[in-house]
This record gives sequence, structure tokens and C-alpha cells, in this order.
Amino acid sequence: MGTMVVTAEKVKELQRVLDSQLLAIGVSLAILIDEAGNVIVAAGNENGVDTTSLAALAAANFGATAQIAKLLGEEDFSILYHKGKRDNIHFTKIGMDFILVTIFTDEIPLGLVRLRVNQVAHELLNLLTEND
Amino acid sequence: MALIDLNRREIHCKIVYYGPGRCGKTTNLFYIYNAISEKYRGKLLTIETRGERTLFFDLLPINLGKIHGLDIRIQLYTIPGQSHYRATRKLVLKGVDGIVFVADSLRKRREKNIESLLDLRNNLKEYNLNLEEIPLVFQYNKRDLVSANIPLLTIEELENDLNRELKAPYFEAAAIKGIGVFDTLKEISKRTVKYVARKYVFSQAQAKAEGGII
Ligand SMILES: Nc1nc2c(ncn2[C@@H]2O[C@H](COP(=O)(O)OP(=O)(O)OP(=O)(O)O)[C@@H](O)[C@H]2O)c(=O)[nH]1
Ligand SMILES: [Mg+2]
Repeated sequence: MGTMVVTAEKVKELQRVLDSQLLAIGVSLAILIDEAGNVIVAAGNENGVDTTSLAALAAANFGATAQIAKLLGEEDFSILYHKGKRDNIHFTKIGMDFILVTIFTDEIPLGLVRLRVNQVAHELLNLLTEND
Repeated sequence: MALIDLNRREIHCKIVYYGPGRCGKTTNLFYIYNAISEKYRGKLLTIETRGERTLFFDLLPINLGKIHGLDIRIQLYTIPGQSHYRATRKLVLKGVDGIVFVADSLRKRREKNIESLLDLRNNLKEYNLNLEEIPLVFQYNKRDLVSANIPLLTIEELENDLNRELKAPYFEAAAIKGIGVFDTLKEISKRTVKYVARKYVFSQAQAKAEGGII
């Protein structure tokens, strides 16, 4: 397990992807975290959201679900989704070590969020793993 | 996995308090939380069962100030010590950069301490880490009970049981009164930040040597 280093340029590029692909369709908050629960970059409306706690819980939640998958003989659950009264939250695994968290209201169709998340997953992974 | 964020100029490290059930891990975090000013700490997150036993983990983010112009942010985690939570402990260890092993000084917990250290060693192995390499500090807790006439292990016994070969630094503590809590935290933070920084500098030097992709 190494040390992840992100430069200002890298953050800008990641933010641009989140902005143009996810915030553009109305997602309220998109957070990219690593599996240790660190926030790498957040885009959107963070007002009132404790992103540090959210990231730690999301990483733990994902880890726990992966273990449950193993017990059931599943490969992995690569997507998690929770529906609330107003806000919905969607977690997607990005490669082996990262998780993309998106928060959005009922006005945005889940299908659209899924589609966009799938599209950006690859791009984000490339940015996260390439050397600059 | 430590994160070095050159954009916000921050280093994030993860320190895990490990040890058998009821040894006082959560008590350490509560004491730290209450003792430092709001400016230097985030929210204390706890996931516990009704009987105050840790079910998943506790998390306290703290800010240690600047080193070389970089803000040092540390995430303090505890694991659930009860033996049947082994799978959960392994999850919490993911990405760990430094470890405090809290041992219970109660004589009747002797076997539990030894078991827990072995469990830690095995869990680390699954992440390709080992106790000899990762920053580690021991805390011998509940020393206040000496005066309560409860049979305690001596420091020599604890050292011999747990730290004979590792030879990591240790601190005597009474976490419930705050004794030894910050000594432990300071030592493990210092070692962890050094370790993370050294790994980072080393990986940079190596990349340069290999033709400079970074
Ligand atoms: N006398 C004494 N009691 C302590 C001390 N530290 C913790 N305790 C008590 O030990 C009990 C367990 O402490 P916790 O901090 O909850 O233990 P833990 O290690 O988090 O336990 P798990 O969450 O089950 O793994 C509590 O009742 C504490 O008040 C200490 O230094 N002295
Ligand atoms: Mg606890």
C-alpha cells in the first residue's frame, strides 16, 4: 500500500470531470474517495455535509458489502444505492482502490446517474492511476 | 494509504488503535476529543452497540498543524476488540499508516492481549504489511488500578509478553484519566508522519532514477 499523491493540476482535472459530467445533469454532490476513507476531491454543494465522516462510512460500507458478497459467493457488488425521502446516494467502485459517491434528488432519474457514472468511471481511473 | 494532497497542501495519515475488547481504545479517543480545541479536531464518529462496545469503528480526525508547509491531518480509528469481529477489524485496518496497540494491564486479560497482537499480525499480513515495519507504539493501559488492589500485570510482564522482539516504544497509561494518552498520540504521530514522508521521498527518488516519469 503506497502513498497517494495528488497535485493541484490533478485535482483540477478530476474536478472538471465531475463538474462537466455529473453536476451538469443536476447531481448535488460528487465525492471521490480512496478505500482508506480519504476525500480526494469533492465537487458540488457541500453545505452541511460532513464529507470526512461520509467518506469514512462509505469506505467501510463498501468494504463490509464486499465481504458479504464473498460470503454469498458473489464476485463483488460494484454498486451500492440508498434511496431516501429527498436525497439518494449512489456508490460506485472506481478500479480497485477508489469509490465515487454521488448524491442527488428525486428529480434526476437514477438511470441517468448510473449511465453517467459508468461513463466517467474509466476517465477518473485513468486520471487517478496515470503518472504525470 | 496515506494521501498527500499538494493542492490543499495536506498530508492525511491513518492511525489505528488496536487491542482486545474493553482495553480502552475508545476511551483514548474520547479523551483526545474532549481535550483538544474544536479548531484542531473534526467530528467524533462512533459506531457502537447499545452496551458501548465498538461495533465497527470510532473515527476522530485531528489536525496537528504544519510541517514543512504541509498541514498534517490524522484520522484516528479504533477497531472492535471483541474476538468475533475479526472480519470487521481487517476492514478498519485497510490503508493503515501507524498503529497504537493498547494492552489491558488486568492480569486476567493476559491471554487476550497476546491473542489480539497475533490477530493484528495476521490481519496486517493480508495487506502485505508487517509489525516490524509499520510504525507501532504500545500503550499499557489501566495502570490506575494498581491502587485499587486489582491484580495487574507488571510492565516487565507486558513487555515480555508483547514487545520482547518488536522493541517498540511503550507508554504506561490510565486513559480514563488521560494519563499517557497524549504521550502515546505524540509518539505514534511523529513516527507515522516520518514513515509516510520517507516513503514518499523514496518513491519520488526512485521514479527519477528510473527515468523520471514523475
Ligand atoms: N480503571 C480504568 N478503566 C478504564 C481505563 N480505560 C478504559 N477503562 C474502562 O474500560 C472499559 C472499556 O473501555 P473502552 O474504551 O470502551 O474499550 P474498547 O477498547 O474501546 O473496547 P471495544 O470497543 O469492545 O473493543 C470502560 O468501562 C472504560 O471506562 C483506565 O485507564 N482505567
Ligand atoms: Mg471501543
